[in-house]
Amino acid sequence: METNYEELDEDGQLELPAEPMRLNMGPSHPAMHGTIRMVLDLDGETITDVDIQPGYLHRGFEKSCERGTWNQVFPYVDRLNYVSPMLNNVGFSLAVEKLAGLKVPERCTWYRMVLGELARISDHLTCNSASAMELGAFTPFLWCIKTRDFVWDILEQETGARLTHSFGRIGGMAKPPTEHFKEHTLAVLPQVEESIAETEALLLKNRIFLDRMQNVGNLRPERALALGVTGPVLRSTGVDYDVRKANPYMFYKDVDFDIPVGHDGDNFDRFMIRFEEIRQSIRIIRQCVEKMPDSGPVNVDDPRFVYPDKSQVYNTIEATIAHFKMVMEGVKVPAGEVYSYTEGGNGELGFFIVSDGTGTPYRVRVRPPCFLNLQACREMLVGDMIPDIVPTFGSINMIGGECDR
Amino acid sequence: MSKKVLERLKAQLGSKILATSDFRGDDEAIVALKDWLEVARFLRDDAELAFDHYLDMTAVDHPMREESGEPGPRFDVVLFVRSSTKNHRVRLRTRAADGEAVPSLFPVWAGASWSEREIFDMFGIPFEGHPDLRRILLYPEFQGHPLRKDYPIERTQPLVQYRDVDGIDKLPPFGPDMGQPWTRVDWAARMHGGDVQVSPAIGAQQGQRPALSKGPEYTLASGDKNPADAE
Repeated sequence: METNYEELDEDGQLELPAEPMRLNMGPSHPAMHGTIRMVLDLDGETITDVDIQPGYLHRGFEKSCERGTWNQVFPYVDRLNYVSPMLNNVGFSLAVEKLAGLKVPERCTWYRMVLGELARISDHLTCNSASAMELGAFTPFLWCIKTRDFVWDILEQETGARLTHSFGRIGGMAKPPTEHFKEHTLAVLPQVEESIAETEALLLKNRIFLDRMQNVGNLRPERALALGVTGPVLRSTGVDYDVRKANPYMFYKDVDFDIPVGHDGDNFDRFMIRFEEIRQSIRIIRQCVEKMPDSGPVNVDDPRFVYPDKSQVYNTIEATIAHFKMVMEGVKVPAGEVYSYTEGGNGELGFFIVSDGTGTPYRVRVRPPCFLNLQACREMLVGDMIPDIVPTFGSINMIGGECDR
Repeated sequence: MSKKVLERLKAQLGSKILATSDFRGDDEAIVALKDWLEVARFLRDDAELAFDHYLDMTAVDHPMREESGEPGPRFDVVLFVRSSTKNHRVRLRTRAADGEAVPSLFPVWAGASWSEREIFDMFGIPFEGHPDLRRILLYPEFQGHPLRKDYPIERTQPLVQYRDVDGIDKLPPFGPDMGQPWTRVDWAARMHGGDVQVSPAIGAQQGQRPALSKGPEYTLASGDKNPADAE
């Protein structure tokens, strides 16, 4: 955004010329959620250039995947986007199933969709409430995090873990839905609706909040596309790309939902899109819960890929041997290369997997949406001021685990 | 829809497309390294293809490829792009030998910048024409390229000395030893009767503050536009 000096009012014209300055922000900075370093070139308080340096949370995700078996990748993908780990689990399951040519039962697909959308709700609640908190509004943060915990209660009930579920499996899920899954899920949704309505009521008429969000961190659609931006950040610029609509996977073509798009590509649009997506996720969940069968298999009936039932493993020698071989040697995924992509919390979450036919992945490449979104952050920030970094960086929702892998 | 992309590529570029495949519905075309940039430009600019949405670029290391009987250099560089208007996508692949430079796609899609830096970081593939090719996830002193197959996963890295960077104040403005736990006083030297030995960065801060200058590590992509550097 170039400053048009002629439009500046008297105060603007009175501003004294300042010496250029280089400022180091981060990697650990209280105003930024995420470990990231920014080297800012400043002219007064205006950012003339910024060098964003990610990598502080790099732990060798892709290298680690090349060491274990295919199923041992699931705990690693949990730790990519750790506010919506279920979406990563489902994304990786779908990638391996695409390579292996598996088709999971209907019940499993609905189950994955519900869990995935719950994870998306948790992702967007975290991002938006943290954005508000960084602008000084602490109350929405408490409300949304409380609601997020209700969502996590369901995920805990289903998977046994609040955050790192490791619940996906090749050809199914680790466990079938619990007995009260549907009613508990439906009971949480009104609470989510209520808390986002309350949050919006609190923030959307707040002058401070609006001034810091509107027309800050703008991004143009053609630049966003060229920079590889996806997800809410791309949709805020007006491009209606959502993998769930553009290339429907699972049963997304059978459910009714809308894709919110923004207009200006600013922080406010991103904020509003995330809340609207929560509402759409709630719509999707209600339809999925209605359509999900109450009984039936969750896992593919294919002993090459799915672990035998534990009661069999402990009681029959055949299942014991099968289980041992699958754990020790890994599931043999046929040789080939596929790229499978789903809509993660931050955008297109892609898995490019290469198999050489053994039980160990030859290469697992995750396309991290926020790595590419963060790259566009420079364009959003240049021309804005130092305080604008906080809401802009917050609205990108950079998750270190996913960005740095 | 999916067939159209590869057919169009073959019809328009002919022998430049070495091979195509659509395994599991993923359209893929393989091009020679020398045609990499040209084919990428065509993908973006052709009106029927219009691949304007950059998605990702990565590499795969095949060190044993020649021994397994399949000829070809070591690395696969794989590009993923999609068209926002036509909603189709393609995977473009080229192959590069160890140390061979790949033309940078930064002029075609600006988003390739960080992906290429990451490939350089992880595989050591240099990109020709990249404006700012340096490590992105790892630090400059890191030895080797970890996603190469011959990089052992248990390998450890040597400790790195504190870097002294011009132009960035690493310390609070109270001086080097005002009780802050993060000062970097050389206590060993002090205890042996020496002067208060501090790192050169602190020394510089105690004396006259040096003019802003860009260390080699902080060359920004946008070029030199900091007026303080010109002085």
